[in-house]
This record gives sequence, structure tokens and C-alpha cells, in this order.
Amino acid sequence: MTDLTRLSAADLADKLAAGDVSSVEATQAHLDRIAAVEPAVHAFLHVSADEALATARDVDARRAAGEELHTLAGVPIAVKDIIVTKGLPTTAGSRILEGWVPPYDATLVSRIKDAGLPILGKTNMDEFAMGSSTEHSAYGNTHNPWDLDRIPGGSGGGSAAAVAAYEAPLAIGTDTGGSIRQPGAVTGTVGVKPTYGSVSRYGLIALASSLDQAGPVTRTVLDSALLHELIGGHDPRDSTSIDEPLPGLVAAARQGATGDLAGVRVGVVRELQGEGYQPGVLARFEESLDLLRQAGAEIVEVSCPHFGYALGAYYLILPSEASSNLAKFDGMRFGLRVEPEDGPATAERVMGATRGAGFGDEVKRRIILGTYALSAGYYDAYYGSAQKVRTLIQRDFAAAFEQADVLVSPTAPTTAFKLGEKLDDPLAMYLNDVATIPANLAGVPGLSVPNGLSDDGLPVGFQVLAPAKADDRLYRVGAALEALLEAQWGGPLLDRAPELEVGK
Amino acid sequence: MSTLSRDEVARVAALARIDLTPTELDRLAGELDVIVESVARVSEVATPDVPATSHPLPLTNVFRADVPEPPLPVADALAGAPATQDGKFLVPQIMEED
Amino acid sequence: MSTQTVDLVDYDEAVRRYDPVIGIEVHVELGTATKMFCPAPAVFGEEPNTSVSPVSLGLPGALPVVNGTAVEYAIRIGLALNCQIAESCRFARKNYFYPDVPKNFQTSQYDEPIAFDGYLDVELDDGEIFRVQIERAHMEEDAGKNTHVGGSTGRIQGAEYSLVDYNRAGIPLVEIVTRPIEGAGERAPEVARAYVQTLRDIFRALGVSEARMERGNVRADVNLSLRPTPESVLGTRTETKNVNSFRSVERAVRYEVSRQAAVLDAGDTVTQETRHWHEDTGITTAGRVKSDAEDYRYFPEPDLVPVNPSREWVEEIRATLPELPAARRRRLQGVWGFADAEMRDVVNAGAIELIEATVAAGASPAAARKWWMGELARTAKTQEVELGDLPITPAQIGQLQALVDSGRINDKLARQVLEGVLAGEGDPEQVVVARGLEVVSDDGPLLEAIDATLAAQPDLAEKIRSGNQGPIGAIIGAVMKATRGQADAGRVRELVLERLSEG
Repeated sequence: MTDLTRLSAADLADKLAAGDVSSVEATQAHLDRIAAVEPAVHAFLHVSADEALATARDVDARRAAGEELHTLAGVPIAVKDIIVTKGLPTTAGSRILEGWVPPYDATLVSRIKDAGLPILGKTNMDEFAMGSSTEHSAYGNTHNPWDLDRIPGGSGGGSAAAVAAYEAPLAIGTDTGGSIRQPGAVTGTVGVKPTYGSVSRYGLIALASSLDQAGPVTRTVLDSALLHELIGGHDPRDSTSIDEPLPGLVAAARQGATGDLAGVRVGVVRELQGEGYQPGVLARFEESLDLLRQAGAEIVEVSCPHFGYALGAYYLILPSEASSNLAKFDGMRFGLRVEPEDGPATAERVMGATRGAGFGDEVKRRIILGTYALSAGYYDAYYGSAQKVRTLIQRDFAAAFEQADVLVSPTAPTTAFKLGEKLDDPLAMYLNDVATIPANLAGVPGLSVPNGLSDDGLPVGFQVLAPAKADDRLYRVGAALEALLEAQWGGPLLDRAPELEVGK
Repeated sequence: MSTLSRDEVARVAALARIDLTPTELDRLAGELDVIVESVARVSEVATPDVPATSHPLPLTNVFRADVPEPPLPVADALAGAPATQDGKFLVPQIMEED
Repeated sequence: MSTQTVDLVDYDEAVRRYDPVIGIEVHVELGTATKMFCPAPAVFGEEPNTSVSPVSLGLPGALPVVNGTAVEYAIRIGLALNCQIAESCRFARKNYFYPDVPKNFQTSQYDEPIAFDGYLDVELDDGEIFRVQIERAHMEEDAGKNTHVGGSTGRIQGAEYSLVDYNRAGIPLVEIVTRPIEGAGERAPEVARAYVQTLRDIFRALGVSEARMERGNVRADVNLSLRPTPESVLGTRTETKNVNSFRSVERAVRYEVSRQAAVLDAGDTVTQETRHWHEDTGITTAGRVKSDAEDYRYFPEPDLVPVNPSREWVEEIRATLPELPAARRRRLQGVWGFADAEMRDVVNAGAIELIEATVAAGASPAAARKWWMGELARTAKTQEVELGDLPITPAQIGQLQALVDSGRINDKLARQVLEGVLAGEGDPEQVVVARGLEVVSDDGPLLEAIDATLAAQPDLAEKIRSGNQGPIGAIIGAVMKATRGQADAGRVRELVLERLSEG
């Protein structure tokens, strides 16, 4: 029997629908794989074997009874631990939520459950999604399946590594400044940040409310389209949710896979390359442009002159919103409670002790930065100014999208760096997001698709950006590039990843 | 541009209810100072004629009908609480006046 | 709590030498079915934490969605207060840590209130109208309720721990803020009270809240500062909280005037602080001094989108506004033809609805007022109950007056009928029959009584025949007595004259 874990979600879904394999078999196969490689990869914080198999059994029974099921029914999935799952521990990678079991499901989780996808478990992440390497998790590092001494990206390194290591064919991530796309790039997987408002945020533990989006983490562009269509769409519980139907994402992916991009104008953003980008990254990018050209696309250069301020705006807006969003973690109603070592245990002091003990360094850094940026006398210079830069970046995108249907860039400036390499230099760490941040600020969608290995043999990602609500364009162009590249490679990029040692 | 002094960091940490050890305070002050300087560039282009954007998408008037839905079961509401008594959340003594 | 004696300047003395400026912030709990940002039922007095959702409990991941009815109610309030309604406004986060605030921020409105620049004409007890300028009315959510345990008074200081109930967290509030109220002089306390009362009446008339101060539906914070003269700059103000009744509003202002006057007289400066009103002792005490000045770090609420009430919607709402209490009083006074003093008495007795209903039941306004403000008011006072609590209805008064108007009973008999109704003997008609209180309409018994009287006092008859009408009264009186008051005096008079003229 084919190794079920090597199948894409779409192929697995086909087999399930054809009755060639049961969901229990598929789920068990992935649970076995998880057990085998987790000692090396550590992508999961919690594995929910019983619940997953129960769902799988239920789906198999319903399918046998002739019930009409969702395309992805029975295909297992992993969920980033920032998303609230009823009955399953949800930690957001933080000590302050250790052991917290939510009493409700995020909307996207409800949709996943309603569609009958077994949830394999919750994946590791930088604490409260603050980071680009997953090294800020309170529960230990996740290791890049391509090289276990290297970071899997962040903040959603767990979901990307799980998918790259064949522990799950599908995963959910969240992207606030690149936390789906950048891990996708450094692990050789596909990651999509939908248009802001495309996927409900109800049940996402909020980092930066105006930037966060949940999205698919997969090995193929088609899988992402399928998952995006499942979880996306209007949610009345989210006031910022778009009240319009999604465009045809799966159709766009299938269309793109034919490899024909005639009439598509592809804009190369001048400001998203050059200094700070590794030569290997840039080389793969240029080669991908050539492929798109051959597919009939028109390549143009565009300029987004304010993108240079995006990082600054981002690292003001995010900490400001986060400082407010994370205020609820205070030891009063849920989560960790720590009493001060000496002196009266007043509510104020218990809050201070709890948050001092429960939050890691990066979280403390950003909360304090955000509190400062919002405080009296500083608002205009910091948060207020950052919101203006946001306007300028939206205008840059609008102007660029007059000249091009999609914008492209390398997803990240470098390949996966070594664990520990950038921990002492927060600013250097922030630079990993320089290409992905503008999309979050403007609310436009972005996709990362693997486009080769760099000179160091590590994966590189190609980013596609589209106008707000035009997510279908991502899937068309992404699928086209993927098809062309895989034709060249003779198979997916992940085939070239080293075999992981199977632990006992 | 103002730099972020150690005292300022201490003040802000207290405002944010986060206890910091002296070592943490020193380190954070240094790191934040650098970060603040680099992000402060944003004010260069944030001129008065540029409006602020607080929402990426121009949605307005999103309302909900005034129709009740079942609340959380009490047990669920209290389940994660560090301490409860008589169906209420037990919290340490509050020193501030109402 | 320190027990040092506080110096006070006699109130009248204080307002002679200082000019008080007041400011009032009123919070009203809206009577919607659900909370401001989530569909948990808005309940009162239920078991703790039985009406919370992930949103109102502030659980990670939860998101707010605005209650459309609450927005409508806020607009109604704004219109009733003659405010402009914003064309576009946003919610903002007010960030502060407190256990009864589940998110450790309150979703409120900061520099973009939904209503602003209005006014309210407040009628004082003597009829004088005082205009209070309204700065703004905005929407926000309520906090949970803390119960402090372990302290001797159940208040915070000295409590060992607190118990929190989040049922109230998230209930919609509208906060109404006045501009500084100047020119009230020694009537400042009265103006403050009347303002809060008038607001309460408006909330009820609009149907946006039950507005019961004693239940916390309406809360008032009272600001006061003193200055030497009305031309001086504003002095330092204090804010007094925990003012739980109209009377407390008035008393708290009076007390603060006296207290601040003493501080200023001594050459000291008034401390800008929040103070706490004590109903039992009638004083204010200083709240705990906060270690850092309140820096709420307001920023626009990113989880909510702007509220842009269309002008059409605002006009639709305006068209549904009921007649407000003050306008209604003026209109009714005109219709009823009452003098100012008469109307004021009616208002103060809380008798407007009663008279209105009595008029609707057929009585004239004058008659209605006569009964309610006369006999019934006296009865209510004696029994120490509210007028409306007397066991008699406007419909019954209407009946009673109809009986008088038709001549079936006279005023004196009517009073007896009234007694009967109040005693639970039934409707006026039933009481008349049961007690036999009808005016005698048959001439027969009257003539008998007249003849008997004339026979008994022949000299009276002589006097009348000779042109002296005076003694007729005595004869009528005697006849009334003989008929137990059930004679129509006018008819008796006629009959006497007839009889006597017959020779």
C-alpha cells in the first residue's frame, strides 16, 4: 500500500471517496508517523489520537451509509495551538496558558469538525505568535525536517514542520506578519495568508487584531485552495469578516495547474529584494520569473516606495494591539496564577507575578513596547504615525495593482538559519518578515510556494500577492509555478528532503 | 528621538502589570531602546495630510440582532479558573478603590 | 479610613463666598435583551456567572459584535437630549487592569461619541427652568460585580479576597457627560438632583431602560469645584462616586461645597481626586490615591468597524420618539387648564397619569384634580402610602364624578361613596346601592319631610311668607337631616317655596 502519509490531501481525499482506504487507516498512519518522527521534529504540543480516531470512525461510518460528505472528509489535519479547540488544550505556545482547555471552538475549527476532518493535534509555535523561528515557544524548539539543527520558521513552525515531515497532509496556521508564509518558505511547503476578513478570527487567540489571519499550510497549492474554501467565508461572530462569498479558489488552482498564464501581468516589487536577501534566494527568484515568462505572463517592475517603512509600522502596530489583547492573561479567570514571593498577595501583585513568570522574553518585549507606544504623549509619534504608514502602504499596493495583476517577491530573505543564531538580536530576527509584512498591513492576501533549493541545499519560497478579495489570483499563479517547477524537478521539492530518522 | 531609559521601561512594565527582575530590566531597556529608535522612522512620512488607517478593509455598520443565545454553562465558565467560591471567581484582594 | 474630623463651612455661608460649578456623569444600563457585544442574555439578579459567553467573559479568542438595538437606544437618548448624532463614530479600547473588567480593557468610545453637543432643560421644584449643556453621550459596556470578602464593611480596604460575578459584564451602557454646569449658584445641589431625575424620566419615556437608580440602572458621578466668583477660572474639582439616589446627588453636592469651602478658607488647595459618598454618614471620603495617573492608552477598537448611522435611520428613529415628559407636562397643563402652581402640585404628587386616566374615564380635569389632590391625597398621607397605591382606580373616580354630575348623589354623599370604594365595598355604583346613598329623587318623601318640618316650626313658615328667605336654609337643613343628606338641596328649596305659596 502506498505510504498514506506521502499523499497530498487531494489525493488522499480521492482514495477515501473511492473507498480505497478508510479514514481510520489514514489517520492511524499519520499518528504512527507522528510517533516516529516527533522526537526529532517536535512539531506537536498535543496529539489528540483518541479524538482523531473517533472522528475518523464516524466519517467512515457515514460514508459507508452513503451520506454525502465534504471533499476533505476523513483527511487528517493539524491545528496551530493559537486556535481555540474545545476540549483540547490550547496554550498559544505560552506557559501562561499551560493546561488551559477552552470551553468553545473557533469558528474555523467548527467548520473543520462539521466537515469531518480528524484533528491530529495542536502544533508548536512562537509564544503568542510572536516570532519568526518558533524558538520563542515555552515548550521547546521545533526542528526543520530539512536540517534538524535549523529553525522551521515562525511563528507557525510547528504546522509547517508537521506538513513537511509528513505528519499531516493539512495544517492550519495564522499569519500576522508572515507566520504562515515564512515557515512555508524555509520548510519547502505551501502557505497562504488569506485576504484580511476572508477567514473568521473568532477563536484565534488575538495577537494583532488588525493583522491576524488564519490560513492553510499544505504541501500543494491545490490542497491549500481546498482547505481555504473549507475554513473561509463570512462569520457573523467576527465583525471584521467579509460578507461576500469567496471567489473560486479551487477552480483557480486547477486552472493554474495547466501552466498557462497568458495575459497575466506579474509585478516584481523593487523594494522586496536586494540588500539582505541571500544570493541563492534571489537566484531562485529570478529563475521562477523566467518560468512565469515562459508560461505567458508579462513581467513588469513596480515600485512600492513606502515598503521601507513597513517593518517600523508593523513593529508599532503589532505590539500596541498585542499589549491590549494580552492584558486578559492575568491569573484571575483562567490560566496560570502565580503569587508574589513576598509581600501581600493583592490582585495587582498577583497579576504582575503571573505575567512576569508566565510570559517569555519576546512577549514581554513587545507588550512593553506596545504599552509605551500607546501611552500618553507618545501615541501620535508612534501608533498614530504607524497607522498613517499603513495608509501609504495601501496606496502603494493600489498603485502597483494598477500595473500588475499579482505582485511577487522572494518570501523570505534567507533560508532556514540555525537554531540559536538570531536569538540575541531581536531586530535581526524581525528582518525575516520584511517581505511578508506589507501584505498584513494592507490586508491583501499572499501565498508562498516552494521554488527551489538555495546553494546551501535549503528550501526557498516564492511569494505571490494579490489585491484584497482576489485570493483566486494567488492560487492560479501559485499553481502554475508549482506545476512548471515540479515538471522540471520530476516531483515535489519535498522529495529531496532528507529522510528523517524514525525514532522509537 | 527619545530613547527608552531603564526607568521608563520600569514604569511601562508596571503599567502593563509585568514583574521584571533587575537583570531583565537592564536587558530589555537596551533591546527596546534600539527597537524604538528604528521604528521611530515612521514619523518621517506620517505627515498631517495622511489619514490613519485602523482597519484594513472598509467595512462599516456591522450589527447583531438583539436576540439572546444560550450562555456558557456555568461549569464551563468557571472551569479554567484558578480559584472559585460560591459560583464566582475568587480573586486576591484588590487594593484600589472602585 | 482616617477618622480625623473634617472641617465644614455652613452651606449657605459657603455659597455666599464661593461659586460652585458642577459636572455630572450619568451611566444608564440599557434594557436590551442581550449584552452590548455578545448575545448572552442581559439578566439581573440571577445566579452568578450564569449569563456569560466567551466574549463577555473575556476568554482568549473571543470577538465582539455590536448589538444593533443598543445603538438605536443610544441614538434615541442622544436625540432626546437635543444632541447631534455622529455621521461616523468608532469604538475605542480603554485599557486598565481590574478584576471586574474581563479583558482588562473596556470597549467604549473615546474621541468619537455617537452623540454630542446637546442640552437638557431641567425644571426645578419652583418651576424655574435651568438649561444643562450636554457634552456627549457615548456607548460602552458594563463591568462585572466584585464582592469583597473579609473586610469589616464588605468594602475593598481590608478585604482578604474578592468574588467576581461577570453576569453584568458586557451589559450595554450609555454614558452622558455634561459640560461644566455654571450659574446654578446656591441651587447647584437642586439642579444636580433635578438633572438626574429628569434624565431618569426621559429614559423611561424612551423605553430604553427601567432606569431604577436603586437597582443601579442609573448611576451618577458628581463633580464639583468652587471658585471665588463666577468670573474666576475653574477651581480644582473632585469626583464623587457611589451616589445611589436622587437625594444622595443633592446631599453629596451640598457636602462637597461645604467641605471644599473649608479647605479653601484654610488657604489649602483642593486635592483633585475621586471621592466616595457614604449614604449612612452623609459624608464623602477620599479614594485611595493611585500610584500612577490614569493612562488609559485609548486606541480605536480593531475588532469592531465604524458605526455610521445614516441620516435616514436617524430620522426614522426621531419619528418614533415618544413625547418627552417635560413637553407632555406642558401640553397637558394647557389642555387641562391648570395654573402653574396647580400643575406643579400634580407633578410633585406623581398624579399626572392618574388624572390623565381619570379624564379619559369621563371626568373633567378639574374634577379629577379635585378628587386626587384633595380627598385622596389626604387619605394617602394619613395611610402613608403613594397615591397610586390606594385601592381605587381612575375609572372608579370617573364613575363617581359621573354620579355627581348626573345628580344621583351630591358632594357629601360622594365622599361617603369614596370611603366605601376605598374600603373595598366595590365600584361607586355598587356602594351607592348597597348603602342606599342616592339622592332622593322622588318628591313624595321630600314633601313629607317638608310638611313635618313646617308643622313643627310654624313661625318659620310665617317669616318666609312675609318675604324673608333666610329661614329656608334652616328648613332645608332640617329636611337634609331627616333624609340623612340624601336630598337634593335645590329641589327641597323649590318644594318649600311651592308649598308655602300654596298657602
